Amino acid sequence: MGDHGPAKGFGRWLFTTNHKDIGSMYLWFSFAMFLMGGVFALVIRAELFQPGLQLVEPEFFNQMTTMHGLVMVFGAVMPAFVGLANWLIPMMVGAPDMALPRMNNWSFWILPFAFALLTSTLFMEGGGPNFGWTFYAPLSTTYAPPSVTYFIFAVHIMGASSIMGSINIIATILNMRAPGMTLMKMPLFVWTWLITAYLLIAVMPVLAGCVTMMLMDIHFGTSFFSAAGGGDPVLFQHVFWFFGHPEVYIMILPAFGIVSAIIPTFARKPLFGYASMVYATASIAFLSFIVWAHHMFTVGMPIAGELFFMYATMLIAVPTGVKVFNWITTMFRGSMSFETPMLFSIAFVILFTIGGFSGLMLAIAPADFQYHDTYFVVAHFHYVLVPGAIFSIFAGVYYWLPKWCGNMYDERLGKAHFWLSFVGLNVTFFPMHFVGLAGMPRRIPDYALQFADFNQIASMGAFLFGFSQVFFLFIVIKTIRGGKQATDEVWENPEGLEWTIPSPAPYHTFTTPPAVK
Amino acid sequence: MLFFSKRPTIKSLMSVKPFVVFSLLALSFQAFAKSGEVAAGEAQRWVTNMTQGVTATSHEIYDLHMLIFMICVWIGVVVFGIMFYSMIMHRKSAGAVPSKFHESTLVELAWTIIPALILVAMAVPATSTLIKIYDTSDADIDIKVVGYQWKWQYEYLGEEVSFFSNLTTPQDEIYGRAPKGEHYLLEVDEPVVIPINKKVRFLITANDVLHAWWVPALAVKRDAIPGYINDVWTIVDEPGIYRGQCAELCGKSHGFMPIVVHAMEEVDYQQWLVAKKVEAEELKLAMSQNFSMDELYARGEKVYQTNCVACHGPTGAGGVGPTLIGSSITTGPMNGHLSLMINGVQGSAMQAFGEQLNNIDLAAVITYKRNAWGNNMGDMLQPVDVLNHKRSL
Repeated sequence: MGDHGPAKGFGRWLFTTNHKDIGSMYLWFSFAMFLMGGVFALVIRAELFQPGLQLVEPEFFNQMTTMHGLVMVFGAVMPAFVGLANWLIPMMVGAPDMALPRMNNWSFWILPFAFALLTSTLFMEGGGPNFGWTFYAPLSTTYAPPSVTYFIFAVHIMGASSIMGSINIIATILNMRAPGMTLMKMPLFVWTWLITAYLLIAVMPVLAGCVTMMLMDIHFGTSFFSAAGGGDPVLFQHVFWFFGHPEVYIMILPAFGIVSAIIPTFARKPLFGYASMVYATASIAFLSFIVWAHHMFTVGMPIAGELFFMYATMLIAVPTGVKVFNWITTMFRGSMSFETPMLFSIAFVILFTIGGFSGLMLAIAPADFQYHDTYFVVAHFHYVLVPGAIFSIFAGVYYWLPKWCGNMYDERLGKAHFWLSFVGLNVTFFPMHFVGLAGMPRRIPDYALQFADFNQIASMGAFLFGFSQVFFLFIVIKTIRGGKQATDEVWENPEGLEWTIPSPAPYHTFTTPPAVK
Repeated sequence: MLFFSKRPTIKSLMSVKPFVVFSLLALSFQAFAKSGEVAAGEAQRWVTNMTQGVTATSHEIYDLHMLIFMICVWIGVVVFGIMFYSMIMHRKSAGAVPSKFHESTLVELAWTIIPALILVAMAVPATSTLIKIYDTSDADIDIKVVGYQWKWQYEYLGEEVSFFSNLTTPQDEIYGRAPKGEHYLLEVDEPVVIPINKKVRFLITANDVLHAWWVPALAVKRDAIPGYINDVWTIVDEPGIYRGQCAELCGKSHGFMPIVVHAMEEVDYQQWLVAKKVEAEELKLAMSQNFSMDELYARGEKVYQTNCVACHGPTGAGGVGPTLIGSSITTGPMNGHLSLMINGVQGSAMQAFGEQLNNIDLAAVITYKRNAWGNNMGDMLQPVDVLNHKRSL
């Protein structure tokens, strides 16, 4: 088996069933989407650099906000985590590959088609989707551009990809663990992905149902979301957010897993409260299903509904707090060093917590009447998603890249990338809290004069952050092409089976299962 | 002036302090933005916090917001304090030797229970405020608010007063061909007028897509949803002009449908209401009159600049909407043109203006379009013609 290497040429990638190849393809694909979504964001920030309409018209601006959201959520963050899962889960549980390798190939290869379909709408008559990534009906049905049908099919394909990926991950984790690796011995990244996969299987069909109802409304004369035909526009929001809220945790739970792997390594101290981390993750996953309507505090729900969703949402602070406290206690009285993965992880803990604070503020329904649909919300979810999801992915890539390609990245460049991103991110998103509180609604292409100064700052930060990611691409390519040879352990006494195999990881690993004590 | 627009009181100073801390970042970049060629009044710039507003509700929400914010700040100070302490003291480079501890049920229990208690403390005032906000009973005045793409309609129930409120910021200001005015994008032709110290109830709905009616100073924000009527209320303490914006993405001109509330003394409000009624009576009379070409053309140009310009462009050359110069509609049969204006085009952005414009404005704007920009059809329409056409439908 050992001499059974990869096939030659493009066929290797097209037909591969190897979890490492597929993981790499997921990661490269998600990075391409990250850059594309970033360009969309920079169009937005360039237009908002000063009041007035300078660069783009409002209808194109709306397409940019919509596509930025869709591409970042479905194209950048989710595939990146699936890529990490592909690379790492078999190596972490001591399995030779994913449980369902052919489906693995398929679940990746439909993604480029989904996004080709989605981005092609920008060149269609009437333009691409312009109704926000939350695509509220009836703006996305009766009043949508004709390209909305392509959008619907693209979402269906993304959903199918996610569901297949999740089935694969669950099957791998439950069936292919090395002997001796009980569930409560699994690394937290495996745990968080197991729970994430269940969330995905639970909510992706809901999203599919949602867009199918839209399709019926648009083309087949139904009135699910049209009040004039006896339907209900608010129903759309309930269905969407029943998917949408678990979705935001889908984008953060694997991040918890990554950070929980990195912090103990660089604190040189075991993770504090492993069991409570598992329980906290499961609690967050459960709560994610009963808080969806906090996105809808202003639709005019009965007060009982408002109160229920407010209390349930506030409760999320408890397990999330437990996780943060555990990470900090892991660091406490450790022996810390601050390599690039650790820097990104520490920034994760701090900035994600700030995003958590603004989340708690948003949970307070009466106060939300002032925050709702303002830049305060934009600041909040960018603080949880950029330093949350994106930083954890950066941290993970720096942490495991030496294992993947056998070379150490350049620590100086890595740190430079971190500081540029850190400064860029805060300069971009922190002022958004201010303009939001001062009353600037989100999703507007032009704004009143009192918001001008902070918007200008945010735009400058956005360009800094954006160009820093091109620098990241340079660092990764440089590392793959050469650099100091990485040891098998890479770091000082890291925990986990992936560090017991050579660097770079051979094409096939754990063809005979390792023994776990 | 950086953090509050009102005179600082002890209380507001105390509550403002953490914002100072969190605003250091913003401050350090202030120098950069000085280059911005923005004509906003200095007093309004660099606002970093929520308005305290002019109603009991808005004050209560502001206090709630500051309470939760302060609790978060103190939790942050403690948590990040411990974190930075260990990052400084427990460095490998400083020779720190790692401990081995990694579990404590007691500690886990403590940091589960204590946050839960803090949450209960937050939930109590939040619940009481929410209950007050939801009590829409015993209103003195009812105003129906209807969201349209992209304007608001206000109807004073029981008073026979109803009007649309359109953005008045000229396209030239938006496109940078003219300096921007003080209330850029926050100015309308007809503000909604309410009396102070009266409970005003807004019944909010929408005609096409979702909108949201939001005035920060009143702390009122509620979605406008077709098929639903949402009710909210306010009692404004001080006379003044309060500005807000649509807060739910509603299409192309979502950023261009502001809300302006003019709160005035009860006497002034009554006078305004009477004037409005007289105006409506006069309009009714005028409906049966005939106008000259020049009168219609001049009025039509105004109506066009308010209602049509966003899609068809300032010169009729089109934009999002089709061009009107030499088009089959504007240079075609009058009846077809009138029907299109009254009924709109289903499934497009062209709305049914039959309900949105009165007969004089319809006649005027149609006359204008048929004669402006070299269309030179030479024909015109009287309000009576519009009325007859509507009746024949």
